[in-house]
Parts: sequence; C-alpha cells; structure tokens
Amino acid sequence: MSKPIRLAVVAALAVALIPSIGPAQLGHDTLRNAPVTEEPPAPRLPTVENRDLRRMRAYPMQPPTIPHKIDDYQLDLNANKCMSCHSRVRTADTQAPMISVTHYQDRDGNFLAELSPRRYFCTQCHVPQTEVKPLVGNEFIDVDQLIRRQRSGSR
Amino acid sequence: MSRKLFGLVRSGWKTLSRPSRYYSLGFLSIGGFVCGILFWGGFNTALELTNTEPFCISCHEMRSNVYQELQGTIHFTNRSGVRATCPDCHVPHDWTDKIARKMQASKEVWGWLFGTINTREKFLDHRLEMAMREWRRLKANDSLECRNCHAFEYMDFTRQSPRAERAHIRGLQQAGLTCIDCHKGIAHDLPPMEGIEGWDLSPRGQATSMR
Repeated sequence: MSKPIRLAVVAALAVALIPSIGPAQLGHDTLRNAPVTEEPPAPRLPTVENRDLRRMRAYPMQPPTIPHKIDDYQLDLNANKCMSCHSRVRTADTQAPMISVTHYQDRDGNFLAELSPRRYFCTQCHVPQTEVKPLVGNEFIDVDQLIRRQRSGSR
Repeated sequence: MSRKLFGLVRSGWKTLSRPSRYYSLGFLSIGGFVCGILFWGGFNTALELTNTEPFCISCHEMRSNVYQELQGTIHFTNRSGVRATCPDCHVPHDWTDKIARKMQASKEVWGWLFGTINTREKFLDHRLEMAMREWRRLKANDSLECRNCHAFEYMDFTRQSPRAERAHIRGLQQAGLTCIDCHKGIAHDLPPMEGIEGWDLSPRGQATSMR
C-alpha cells in the first residue's frame, strides 16, 4: 500500500473505532458515574473542615494542611490575610503556629526579615480539607511504615 | 451696603413680630402645623430614600466597584438569607449620628460631581484613603454599625469555632479591641495593607529583592 492510502485506512479505522471504545460501552466506571450522554446531578458542596485540629503530615516535607475555613480570606498583592495570624510578629497575639523559618529564606538560603516573596501565596502549597470520601483509591505507604517493615524483615 | 442689609433684616423682623392683619390665628397655626408635617415627612422620606442600596448603586462608582465585591461575601449571600445593605454598615442608625454622617456625605456628592473616582484606576488610587476613613469611623464609634446586628451581649462564644472563640475572648473581652481591628476587608477588597496595624508587609515593597 502506498503511504496516502495507508494513512487513509488508519484514519478511517480510528474514526470507526472511537465511539465503540467509549468508557460507557466498555463498562468502565468513570468518576462522573454516568454515561457521557447524561448529565448527573451535581454532588453537594462538601463542608470544609473547621476543627482546628492539625492533621498528621503524610511525609516529612509535606506542606501542612489548613485545619480551618479560609472563606473570603484575601490573598493577593494588596493583602495576605493568612499572615495577619501566622507571621512571626503576630503569633504571640493570635497563638497561631508560625510559618516555618524556610519561608523567611530566599532560594539561596539567605535569611530575610520578612516573608520571602516566593512563599507569599500560601494556598499554592497549603490547602484546607473537606469532609469527603476520596474519589479514587490510594496506595500510599508512609515512609515510617516502610522503614519499620524493612527493619522487621531484616531481623 | 450694611445699612441696606440692616434695613432688610429690620423690615423682616417687623413683619414677623406684628400680629397678622388678614389671616386668622386658626389658619396660621393649623396651616403651619400641616405644612410642618408635610415638610418633616418629605424631609424624612427623602432622607430614607438616600439610605437605600438602590440609591447607593445608582452611581456606577458604587455599583461597579464595591457592590461587585460585596456580592461574594457572607454579608450578601449566606445560609439564612439575612443580608446587610450599604447603609446598614455605612450609615449610623441613630438620627443625630445619621444626620452628621449625611452632612459629611455632601463631600461625596462633590466627589461625584467632579468625578474623583469615576474610573477603576482613580477608584483604586483612592481606595486606601477611603478605607482608612471608614476604619477610623468604626474604631471611633466602637464598631457601632457592626454591633447593630452583632451584639456582644448576645454572642455565644461556645457556639463559635474554637479559633473564633479564642480570638474573641482574647481580643474583644481581654484586650478591649473592637470589631474593625481584626475584621477589615470582610465586605470589600482591601487596599495595599502595608503599614496597617496587624497586617504583614506585602511583597510590593520587596520587589527589588525578589528571588
């Protein structure tokens, strides 16, 4: 077969096959739980956790999650609401945990007097949590468990 | 000139102090009473008309800036459907204070006439100044407009979130702070907050050391 004809056959096959391998036809369970042609009702908006109880970090370097609501907290070039409690100078008044010292360092490790601009937008790393069942499973194993498993195996 | 003015005042006083020649006492007293009611009613109606949200947002300065920002906040839309309109927070509810505020507002009519904030850019330029004026006012009257609804006496700390409870006991009860000390920018966006008590520096000032 010459190249144009081969291309045409491949294209025709692709077009013919696409509808037949849709997730609904294959019986795949999608996250929307409905065929593509149907519009399922939107799930309820989940409640944001507001208990002020800190969650454990899944791994040592994980940015801690936010254990409270941050609705309408302004976080832009003009104002940073988070820092009116979590900055070094405010913690005595508010008893909020201070942002870590790494946030007062620039990328070369030099210490700054103020929050480093590259750390300014808190919600890039820190997010509030909602009370929902995870949509997909998770096989993450804590490094602690890994080490413990390894040690008990070698013994 | 001064003699002419004096003569005018004198003739006016003479008219007022002499008994009426043609009108009966009943006509004058009852007529005066009725006119008084009409004037007072009209005055108050006009005053209340200027004390409504549709009046405030009839100017685009308010409608396309602060009113837009208000709409996402809890004072506009919330679970119980109770909401605050512009005058609930920005105009005192007591009559004397209200009149005082209304007299100050005549300056705002001046600003409207001459377009002091008639573009988004001009509005943003003046935002800090206008915000500080409101913060000063609320600080001076111990956040009276907040307390018209959020009365401290009826505030049940035990029904608040732990964080809110701690903050209210510490700030409101012990340190003697007032609502506006912490709750700035709850209904509108904030201006640049550098140098404002309780707010950390923004990265604006650090632009030169940006890494």
